[in-house]
Amino acid sequence: MWLYEKKLQYPVRVDTTNPTLAAMIIEQFGGADGELSAGLRYLSQRWTMPDKRVVATLNDIGTEELAHWEMIGTLVYRLTKDATIEQIKGTPFEAHYVNHGKSLYPHNAAGSPWTATYFNAKDDPIADLHEDMAAEEKARATYEWLINISDDPGVTDTLRFLRQREINHFQRFGESLMLMQDNNGCRKHY
Amino acid sequence: MDRVQIDRLMELMEYEFALTETALYLNTHPKDERALRIHNNNSAQYFRLKEAYEMDYGLLTNQGMSGYPWNYVEEPWPWDIDFIRI
Ligand SMILES: [Fe+2]
Repeated sequence: MWLYEKKLQYPVRVDTTNPTLAAMIIEQFGGADGELSAGLRYLSQRWTMPDKRVVATLNDIGTEELAHWEMIGTLVYRLTKDATIEQIKGTPFEAHYVNHGKSLYPHNAAGSPWTATYFNAKDDPIADLHEDMAAEEKARATYEWLINISDDPGVTDTLRFLRQREINHFQRFGESLMLMQDNNGCRKHY
Repeated sequence: MDRVQIDRLMELMEYEFALTETALYLNTHPKDERALRIHNNNSAQYFRLKEAYEMDYGLLTNQGMSGYPWNYVEEPWPWDIDFIRI
């Protein structure tokens, strides 16, 4: 089960009203390599993972990803909450606005709605953990591109924190893969 | 939320994050005694600070005890808090 705590994992700060930046950051709210995909991927893979240490890793990283999803939603919300119609018109956020107003909704920066086809659960620890490691690196790369386009120092600070978490998660999944390979008595090095 | 409250919430968040880090590490290194010691020390401090914070400002989870009226709905939701650069 889950227990909600009324706090964020990191003090999210947004310095400006910036609907254009919000429309790009929504990539990590509902995009292929975003936080929602990450959270549901790891949490879905837990049931059939044979090693208890790796189940714990999937469980806890999956849970952390949901906290990151909340942080991304907070960035988008705070970048748009005070925006006037004039500030929204002509920006990429306008397409989101005509359907959802300022609500959060999981689609990617190009407007495609989130789909479960963004991840898989294969009941195969080696296949699943390789997907998880790739997912962390793809999320890290997305954060690099978002940092490149961010013109809000507060937003950049939060994006840097999230990028670091992907690096940390990649490390933990790499260790999980080694634990699985040791278990199978067929240690391989990649 | 005044500055003191935000500072105390951020102190709590720092301990919480430290626990997240050591817990993730311990999941794949359950026999690392040094990491376990760090985790246990931070855990004790975290729960002490959390209890004091909730007594002073209101509930962070809906499982705690509240004065009248139910204070869980009073404090701002996290996305509405103005965290300022430290
Ligand atoms: Fe991650």
